[in-house]
Amino acid sequence: MPVEVFNQKQVEVDEEGFLVNPQDWSEDIAVEIARKEGIPELTEEHWKVIRFMRKEYFENGQIPTIRRLKNSGVVSVKDLYRLFPGGPAKKAAKIAGLHKPQGCV
Amino acid sequence: MASNNGKENNKIQKVSIVISRGSLDGVYPGLIMANGARMDGIEANLFFTFWGLEAIMKKRYDKIKVATVGNPAMHIPSLIGILPGMSWLATKKMLKEMDKLDIPPVPEFIEMIHDAGAHLYACKATVDMFHLSKDDFVPQVEDIINVGTFYDLAAGGQIIFT
Repeated sequence: MPVEVFNQKQVEVDEEGFLVNPQDWSEDIAVEIARKEGIPELTEEHWKVIRFMRKEYFENGQIPTIRRLKNSGVVSVKDLYRLFPGGPAKKAAKIAGLHKPQGCV
Repeated sequence: MASNNGKENNKIQKVSIVISRGSLDGVYPGLIMANGARMDGIEANLFFTFWGLEAIMKKRYDKIKVATVGNPAMHIPSLIGILPGMSWLATKKMLKEMDKLDIPPVPEFIEMIHDAGAHLYACKATVDMFHLSKDDFVPQVEDIINVGTFYDLAAGGQIIFT
Protein backbone atom coordinates (compact mmCIF):
# COMPACT_ATOMS: atom_id res chain seq x y z
CA MET A 1 0.00 0.00 0.00
CA PRO A 2 1.33 3.47 -0.82
CA VAL A 3 1.84 5.90 1.99
CA GLU A 4 1.36 9.65 1.98
CA VAL A 5 2.75 12.09 4.50
CA PHE A 6 0.34 14.60 5.98
CA ASN A 7 1.72 16.96 8.62
CA GLN A 8 4.75 14.72 9.06
CA LYS A 9 2.47 11.79 9.81
CA GLN A 10 2.54 8.75 7.53
CA VAL A 11 -0.90 7.66 6.40
CA GLU A 12 -1.80 4.63 4.26
CA VAL A 13 -3.66 5.47 1.06
CA ASP A 14 -4.87 3.45 -1.93
CA GLU A 15 -3.64 3.89 -5.51
CA GLU A 16 -5.93 6.87 -6.04
CA GLY A 17 -5.11 8.59 -2.78
CA PHE A 18 -8.16 7.57 -0.70
CA LEU A 19 -7.29 6.87 2.95
CA VAL A 20 -7.21 3.16 3.73
CA ASN A 21 -8.27 3.70 7.36
CA PRO A 22 -10.91 6.39 7.87
CA GLN A 23 -9.72 6.60 11.49
CA ASP A 24 -6.42 8.10 10.31
CA TRP A 25 -8.32 11.19 9.19
CA SER A 26 -8.07 14.61 10.82
CA GLU A 27 -9.28 18.06 9.82
CA ASP A 28 -5.70 19.00 8.91
CA ILE A 29 -5.49 16.00 6.58
CA ALA A 30 -8.80 17.05 5.00
CA VAL A 31 -7.39 20.49 4.24
CA GLU A 32 -4.31 18.93 2.60
CA ILE A 33 -6.30 16.45 0.50
CA ALA A 34 -8.64 19.26 -0.58
CA ARG A 35 -5.69 21.34 -1.79
CA LYS A 36 -4.41 18.41 -3.86
CA GLU A 37 -7.91 18.08 -5.32
CA GLY A 38 -7.89 21.71 -6.38
CA ILE A 39 -9.98 23.14 -3.55
CA PRO A 40 -7.74 25.83 -1.98
CA GLU A 41 -9.91 26.47 1.06
CA LEU A 42 -12.55 24.44 2.90
CA THR A 43 -15.46 26.69 3.85
CA GLU A 44 -18.22 26.00 6.36
CA GLU A 45 -20.31 24.69 3.45
CA HIS A 46 -17.63 22.10 2.66
CA TRP A 47 -17.30 21.08 6.29
CA LYS A 48 -21.03 20.53 6.58
CA VAL A 49 -20.86 17.95 3.78
CA ILE A 50 -17.66 16.36 5.08
CA ARG A 51 -18.98 16.00 8.64
CA PHE A 52 -22.26 14.51 7.42
CA MET A 53 -20.43 11.98 5.25
CA ARG A 54 -18.27 10.82 8.13
CA LYS A 55 -21.23 10.65 10.50
CA GLU A 56 -23.23 8.54 8.04
CA TYR A 57 -20.26 6.30 7.35
CA PHE A 58 -19.59 5.55 11.00
CA GLU A 59 -23.29 5.16 11.86
CA ASN A 60 -24.42 3.09 8.85
CA GLY A 61 -21.20 1.84 7.33
CA GLN A 62 -22.16 3.43 4.03
CA ILE A 63 -20.83 6.45 2.19
CA PRO A 64 -23.88 8.60 1.41
CA THR A 65 -24.87 9.01 -2.24
CA ILE A 66 -25.52 12.39 -3.83
CA ARG A 67 -29.25 11.69 -3.50
CA ARG A 68 -28.86 10.94 0.20
CA LEU A 69 -26.92 14.19 0.71
CA LYS A 70 -29.63 16.09 -1.17
CA ASN A 71 -32.61 14.47 0.58
CA SER A 72 -31.03 14.90 4.01
CA GLY A 73 -31.10 18.63 3.44
CA VAL A 74 -27.32 18.86 3.89
CA VAL A 75 -26.58 20.34 0.49
CA SER A 76 -28.38 20.83 -2.83
CA VAL A 77 -27.14 19.00 -5.93
CA LYS A 78 -26.16 22.30 -7.54
CA ASP A 79 -24.17 23.40 -4.49
CA LEU A 80 -22.49 20.02 -4.17
CA TYR A 81 -21.20 20.30 -7.74
CA ARG A 82 -20.10 23.87 -7.06
CA LEU A 83 -18.29 22.98 -3.82
CA PHE A 84 -16.54 19.87 -5.17
CA PRO A 85 -16.12 20.52 -8.89
CA GLY A 86 -15.26 17.69 -11.28
CA GLY A 87 -16.62 14.75 -9.28
CA PRO A 88 -18.46 15.69 -6.11
CA ALA A 89 -19.19 12.28 -4.55
CA LYS A 90 -15.67 10.99 -5.00
CA LYS A 91 -13.92 14.22 -4.03
CA ALA A 92 -16.04 14.74 -0.92
CA ALA A 93 -15.45 11.13 0.15
CA LYS A 94 -11.72 11.49 -0.41
CA ILE A 95 -11.50 14.70 1.60
CA ALA A 96 -13.65 13.11 4.32
CA GLY A 97 -11.06 10.32 4.58
CA LEU A 98 -13.46 7.62 3.33
CA HIS A 99 -13.11 4.97 0.63
CA LYS A 100 -13.95 5.57 -3.00
CA PRO A 101 -17.76 5.31 -3.40
CA GLN A 102 -18.67 2.18 -5.35
CA GLY A 103 -22.32 2.87 -6.30
CA CYS A 104 -23.51 3.92 -9.75
CA VAL A 105 -25.48 6.93 -8.56
CA MET B 1 -11.34 -3.21 -9.61
CA ALA B 2 -11.39 -0.95 -12.64
CA SER B 3 -9.25 2.15 -12.46
CA ASN B 4 -7.74 4.42 -15.04
CA ASN B 5 -4.41 4.24 -13.18
CA GLY B 6 -3.94 7.94 -13.54
CA LYS B 7 -4.15 7.93 -17.34
CA GLU B 8 -5.92 11.25 -17.46
CA ASN B 9 -5.38 11.55 -21.22
CA ASN B 10 -7.67 8.59 -21.76
CA LYS B 11 -10.51 10.15 -19.85
CA ILE B 12 -13.74 10.69 -21.77
CA GLN B 13 -14.46 14.43 -21.84
CA LYS B 14 -18.02 14.51 -23.13
CA VAL B 15 -20.92 12.12 -23.78
CA SER B 16 -24.14 12.76 -25.68
CA ILE B 17 -26.78 10.18 -24.86
CA VAL B 18 -29.88 9.50 -26.95
CA ILE B 19 -32.90 8.09 -25.09
CA SER B 20 -35.35 6.68 -27.62
CA ARG B 21 -37.55 4.36 -25.58
CA GLY B 22 -40.35 5.14 -23.17
CA SER B 23 -40.41 2.17 -20.80
CA LEU B 24 -38.77 2.25 -17.40
CA ASP B 25 -36.02 -0.11 -18.55
CA GLY B 26 -35.68 1.94 -21.73
CA VAL B 27 -35.24 5.23 -19.90
CA TYR B 28 -33.09 4.37 -16.89
CA PRO B 29 -29.82 3.25 -18.51
CA GLY B 30 -29.46 6.60 -20.27
CA LEU B 31 -30.32 8.53 -17.13
CA ILE B 32 -27.85 6.55 -15.03
CA MET B 33 -25.12 7.00 -17.63
CA ALA B 34 -25.72 10.76 -17.88
CA ASN B 35 -25.75 11.17 -14.12
CA GLY B 36 -22.67 8.97 -13.79
CA ALA B 37 -20.87 11.08 -16.38
CA ARG B 38 -21.51 14.26 -14.39
CA MET B 39 -20.40 12.49 -11.20
CA ASP B 40 -17.06 11.91 -12.91
CA GLY B 41 -16.72 15.44 -14.20
CA ILE B 42 -17.69 14.45 -17.75
CA GLU B 43 -19.81 16.87 -19.78
CA ALA B 44 -23.21 15.29 -20.59
CA ASN B 45 -25.98 15.99 -23.11
CA LEU B 46 -29.26 14.09 -23.11
CA PHE B 47 -31.30 13.96 -26.30
CA PHE B 48 -34.82 12.55 -25.89
CA THR B 49 -36.40 11.24 -29.06
CA PHE B 50 -39.44 9.16 -30.05
CA TRP B 51 -40.95 7.37 -27.02
CA GLY B 52 -38.05 8.64 -24.94
CA LEU B 53 -39.88 11.99 -24.82
CA GLU B 54 -42.19 10.46 -22.21
CA ALA B 55 -39.36 10.86 -19.68
CA ILE B 56 -39.45 14.65 -19.96
CA MET B 57 -43.17 15.25 -20.48
CA LYS B 58 -44.91 16.95 -17.56
CA LYS B 59 -47.97 14.71 -17.79
CA ARG B 60 -46.11 11.47 -18.37
CA TYR B 61 -42.76 11.41 -16.61
CA ASP B 62 -44.11 10.18 -13.30
CA LYS B 63 -46.02 7.35 -15.00
CA ILE B 64 -43.24 5.51 -16.83
CA LYS B 65 -43.79 1.75 -16.62
CA VAL B 66 -41.99 -1.53 -17.13
CA ALA B 67 -43.31 -3.41 -20.18
CA THR B 68 -44.36 -6.90 -19.11
CA VAL B 69 -45.20 -8.12 -22.61
CA GLY B 70 -42.71 -9.06 -25.31
CA ASN B 71 -39.71 -9.13 -23.02
CA PRO B 72 -38.39 -12.69 -22.58
CA ALA B 73 -35.90 -11.55 -19.93
CA MET B 74 -38.81 -10.68 -17.61
CA HIS B 75 -39.65 -14.41 -17.47
CA ILE B 76 -43.33 -13.57 -17.46
CA PRO B 77 -45.32 -15.41 -20.16
CA SER B 78 -46.91 -12.82 -22.49
CA LEU B 79 -50.40 -14.18 -21.73
CA ILE B 80 -49.85 -13.36 -18.06
CA GLY B 81 -48.06 -10.10 -18.87
CA ILE B 82 -51.20 -8.71 -20.51
CA LEU B 83 -53.29 -9.12 -17.35
CA PRO B 84 -54.43 -5.84 -15.79
CA GLY B 85 -52.08 -4.63 -13.10
CA MET B 86 -49.07 -6.72 -14.17
CA SER B 87 -47.15 -3.78 -15.55
CA TRP B 88 -48.07 -1.71 -12.50
CA LEU B 89 -46.85 -4.47 -10.19
CA ALA B 90 -43.57 -5.01 -12.04
CA THR B 91 -42.96 -1.25 -12.10
CA LYS B 92 -43.65 -0.90 -8.39
CA LYS B 93 -41.29 -3.74 -7.56
CA MET B 94 -38.51 -2.39 -9.75
CA LEU B 95 -38.82 1.16 -8.39
CA LYS B 96 -38.66 -0.22 -4.86
CA GLU B 97 -35.46 -2.15 -5.59
CA MET B 98 -33.94 0.90 -7.27
CA ASP B 99 -34.86 3.11 -4.34
CA LYS B 100 -32.80 0.80 -2.10
CA LEU B 101 -29.80 1.63 -4.29
CA ASP B 102 -30.67 5.34 -4.08
CA ILE B 103 -31.65 5.40 -7.76
CA PRO B 104 -34.43 8.01 -7.79
CA PRO B 105 -37.79 7.87 -9.59
CA VAL B 106 -37.76 9.51 -13.04
CA PRO B 107 -38.95 13.04 -12.05
CA GLU B 108 -36.42 13.32 -9.20
CA PHE B 109 -33.69 11.86 -11.40
CA ILE B 110 -34.37 14.35 -14.21
CA GLU B 111 -34.08 17.21 -11.71
CA MET B 112 -30.88 15.79 -10.21
CA ILE B 113 -29.25 15.29 -13.61
CA HIS B 114 -30.15 18.83 -14.63
CA ASP B 115 -28.86 20.27 -11.35
CA ALA B 116 -25.67 18.25 -11.85
CA GLY B 117 -25.06 20.34 -14.96
CA ALA B 118 -26.17 17.98 -17.73
CA HIS B 119 -28.08 19.47 -20.68
CA LEU B 120 -31.48 18.08 -21.68
CA TYR B 121 -32.98 18.41 -25.17
CA ALA B 122 -36.10 17.21 -26.96
CA CYS B 123 -35.97 15.98 -30.56
CA LYS B 124 -37.68 18.37 -32.97
CA ALA B 125 -38.85 15.74 -35.47
CA THR B 126 -40.68 13.79 -32.75
CA VAL B 127 -42.08 16.95 -31.16
CA ASP B 128 -43.53 17.94 -34.55
CA MET B 129 -44.82 14.45 -35.24
CA PHE B 130 -46.68 14.28 -31.92
CA HIS B 131 -47.81 17.94 -32.18
CA LEU B 132 -46.09 18.88 -28.94
CA SER B 133 -44.60 22.20 -27.80
CA LYS B 134 -42.12 23.43 -25.19
CA ASP B 135 -45.01 23.74 -22.69
CA ASP B 136 -45.47 19.97 -22.70
CA PHE B 137 -42.01 19.48 -21.26
CA VAL B 138 -40.57 19.86 -17.77
CA PRO B 139 -38.58 23.07 -17.19
CA GLN B 140 -35.29 21.19 -17.08
CA VAL B 141 -35.51 20.75 -20.86
CA GLU B 142 -33.36 23.50 -22.37
CA ASP B 143 -34.54 23.39 -25.94
CA ILE B 144 -36.15 21.50 -28.79
CA ILE B 145 -33.40 20.80 -31.29
CA ASN B 146 -32.98 19.06 -34.63
CA VAL B 147 -30.54 16.28 -35.35
CA GLY B 148 -27.98 18.64 -36.89
CA THR B 149 -27.85 20.73 -33.74
CA PHE B 150 -27.52 17.52 -31.73
CA TYR B 151 -24.42 16.58 -33.73
CA ASP B 152 -23.02 20.09 -33.23
CA LEU B 153 -23.47 19.73 -29.47
CA ALA B 154 -22.01 16.23 -29.52
CA ALA B 155 -18.94 17.26 -31.51
CA GLY B 156 -15.68 16.10 -29.99
CA GLY B 157 -17.38 13.66 -27.63
CA GLN B 158 -18.91 10.20 -27.58
CA ILE B 159 -22.46 9.43 -28.71
CA ILE B 160 -24.45 6.70 -26.96
CA PHE B 161 -27.79 5.50 -28.31
CA THR B 162 -30.21 3.81 -25.93
